[in-house]
Amino acid sequence: MKNMLVVTSGIVAMILSTSTIASPREDLLAQYAAAAKVTSFSAARGQALHTQSSSGGKPDTPSCTTCHGKDTRSAGRALTGKTIEPVAVSVTPTRYTDPAKVEKWFKRNCTEVLGRECTPQEKGDWLTFVIGQ
Amino acid sequence: MRIPYRPLAIGLVTLAFSALVLARAQAGDRHFFAPVADPIVKEECGSCHLAFAPSMLPARSWQRMMGELDKHFGDNASLDPATAEKITSYLVANAGDAGGQRYSSKLLKGVTPGAAPQRITELPKWVSEHRKVPDWEWCHKEVRTKANCVACHTAAEQGYYEE
Repeated sequence: MKNMLVVTSGIVAMILSTSTIASPREDLLAQYAAAAKVTSFSAARGQALHTQSSSGGKPDTPSCTTCHGKDTRSAGRALTGKTIEPVAVSVTPTRYTDPAKVEKWFKRNCTEVLGRECTPQEKGDWLTFVIGQ
Repeated sequence: MRIPYRPLAIGLVTLAFSALVLARAQAGDRHFFAPVADPIVKEECGSCHLAFAPSMLPARSWQRMMGELDKHFGDNASLDPATAEKITSYLVANAGDAGGQRYSSKLLKGVTPGAAPQRITELPKWVSEHRKVPDWEWCHKEVRTKANCVACHTAAEQGYYEE
């Protein structure tokens, strides 16, 4: 009986903790939403950003897909020849769980491709897109 | 009680022999460059390209490179100062001309004293070691750049650069 109680309360505690503590990805989205003063993001806009060609950045990296590839669920390839893990969360579930890392790469990659940093709106849209992939 | 000298002696000889062979395979091989062991260095220097072995360049090269990360071979690879500091210390401590790294000094042969070369692929020794590689191989779509060591040296990430 006592054991049953312990087990049940353990399960309840687990359910409570997972429901009250948001995942790092959700935290990031909430931060971007607050910064962009919006309530939701668009995966379609994120996809458009991912596949569009830009002339604002470096000529050898006109698009996200230049290195990440056209298929979000396949590995990409840096210009150095190094393999890049797929951007889709369904294939690489560990992705976007370290906020500092996400910010670091947004900063680097947006600058390379667009010639400027991405806006919170763009970051939220893009993240929503790859989370759904 | 009698001490079993023979089995003991055989055991010792075997042990000494394998230790010798292992040591040679690890450090004695002129094609071995100890890979980056530090997780931060591995992550920060190894996400865009192979985390090159620190012993492939002299300490002054790493110092210069880490001071110019905003212009890193055409890319802005800036890091926060604390991380950059940690990485620099590691690279300098394990550089090709740091104490006890006598094998990698072979790759540094011919480097002008005091110079701080930035490209491993421009070291005189690197150039002569790769002189027989034809142009078409460098242009191959699986190679693309001379910095893509693993394209040909499949065990480069483990530190082995045999032909």
